[in-house]
Amino acid sequence: MSWFRQKLRKITASGEDRTEIPEGFWLKCNGCKEIIYRKEVDANSKICPKCNYHFPISVDERVGLICDPHTFKAWGGELKSKDPLVFKDSVRYRDRVKKAQKKTGRNDVMVCGDAAICGRPVVLGIMDFEFMGGSMGSVVGELVTRAAERALKKRVPLILFSASGGARMQEGILSLMQMAKTSVAIARLRENGVPYISVLTDPTFGGVAASFSMLGDVNIAEPGALIGFAGPRVIEQTIKQSLPEGFQRSEFLLEHGMVDMIVDRKTLRDTLGRLVAFFGSTAVAAGH
Amino acid sequence: MVRQYLDFEKPIADIHEQIESLRASGAAPGTHDKELERLTKKAHSLEVDIYGKLSPWQQTQLARHPERPSMLDYVEKFVEGFLELHGDRAYRDDPAIVGGIGRIGTREVVIIGNQKGRTLKTRVIRNFGMANPEGYRKALRLMHMAERFKKPVVCFVDTPGAYPGMGAEERGQSEAIARNLMEMGRLKVPIVVVIIGEGGSGGALAVGVGDRILMLENSVYSVISPEGCAAILWKDGTKTATAAEALKVTAKDLLALKVIDEILPEPLGGGHHDVTQMSTTIRTAIVRHLDQLEKMSEKERTEARYQKFRAMGVYEG
Repeated sequence: MSWFRQKLRKITASGEDRTEIPEGFWLKCNGCKEIIYRKEVDANSKICPKCNYHFPISVDERVGLICDPHTFKAWGGELKSKDPLVFKDSVRYRDRVKKAQKKTGRNDVMVCGDAAICGRPVVLGIMDFEFMGGSMGSVVGELVTRAAERALKKRVPLILFSASGGARMQEGILSLMQMAKTSVAIARLRENGVPYISVLTDPTFGGVAASFSMLGDVNIAEPGALIGFAGPRVIEQTIKQSLPEGFQRSEFLLEHGMVDMIVDRKTLRDTLGRLVAFFGSTAVAAGH
Repeated sequence: MVRQYLDFEKPIADIHEQIESLRASGAAPGTHDKELERLTKKAHSLEVDIYGKLSPWQQTQLARHPERPSMLDYVEKFVEGFLELHGDRAYRDDPAIVGGIGRIGTREVVIIGNQKGRTLKTRVIRNFGMANPEGYRKALRLMHMAERFKKPVVCFVDTPGAYPGMGAEERGQSEAIARNLMEMGRLKVPIVVVIIGEGGSGGALAVGVGDRILMLENSVYSVISPEGCAAILWKDGTKTATAAEALKVTAKDLLALKVIDEILPEPLGGGHHDVTQMSTTIRTAIVRHLDQLEKMSEKERTEARYQKFRAMGVYEG
């Protein structure tokens, strides 16, 4: 089995066995398998200095990397799931949520806030994959919608970072409807000339890929991220053959015209700043 | 055509078999009249009993019944002057989605729907109703045409889901679905959606955003198939009945969750038992809703559609 296929196996809907950076001085890179010095990775925006593999980073680290210092003001963190279906598989949905809340210290996946990037105001939303695999239920749908409505009201760019296995099955049809809800909210931005930049990070799949995260005026992907509609395993089971190396990676999406660019984490802030400056100037020119 | 029975219809099948053998016994006319009458009555009461309390999984099976009327069956029944229009103008024509123009009553409409195929051969051609990106793009092209010429759109939903294939990913299945959701959210003409069979996740929703969402009594609509959900959450692909129950996939569930607007009643045992009656019910509902929607201004209608989807979801805080 090649390294690529071994990595594919790690993508699951729940994302529970996703690789995290273990504690200690040294760590093994998921990309090149080299043993590297932890501090070196930390100092390098959690990017492998040898192969440019982008390690997963926390929401707080993300905020630190892209926002102007001390400008991020979170809102909406009080929203919680209500278990509308009273769903239970081997574990009750309520208990899964509680466990994820304890693990992450937040109520649900989406972290929203007002912030500034390169001196310009934006509305920002970042998904936390560690919370139930970044799955989209009613809370994610509502927060994306509120973020879009807030961006529209303030006439500032909306920037959303996605990382998700897809819709949250435990909310049944209501989770599917969040795809429509969020896409319709993005439609309003388009109609009113308010820019939306989507940043797709590893991994972005299913109902999140097939709704707001593909709808940016500009779509940006992080290097090497897995992005797609159907998960690799589902496709392999359907076509009964294994997938080629690099399938559904950011570079594959760029080649097939689905994203505008792949941007290294270290230059992402500058790129977002450049885009926000561009869109800002058109808004002024249009008299808004 | 020989009637096909589902496993839970077995008791009904047995009686029908008895009736058939009595009729075929060659006895003088009238010999078995009493027995036949008794059996027919028994069959009917069994049907009332069995179809009256279907489990979500049984309804799922009915929604996927090979004889269940498809979009094209309804088009044949109540759409006049139907002309099918093909292709997305970019890649190819996807037979898993049918689109065209036609008249319902005096009203010219654009009609779009998933089509699973009605024979083994056409099922293969139509990829069992699982569309590729070009199918959704064809649907969108026709919706934009409807908008330009101010014609309402009627969508029929019946698909296991969007096709999870390599080509679909290469051509942007996510983007195609996402764009349809966004564009259907802002389309300036009325959209009436009817879930006629299986509403399979994003592949159904991509032709399922509208001002009115109607659902046939035995149709199902779900974020994931009961099979898929059972495999992922129960780690046991045979737990389909349990998953179907937990997922709340039936028309009644969806009405309670405010995802659909109206349930259209089916003939006893499902739409395939009386296609004419089923067609009349659907046609009448479509006309009634289009009458209502056309009384609204464009602005009122799109605002109401926004608020309709805006309100979906349950959370606290």
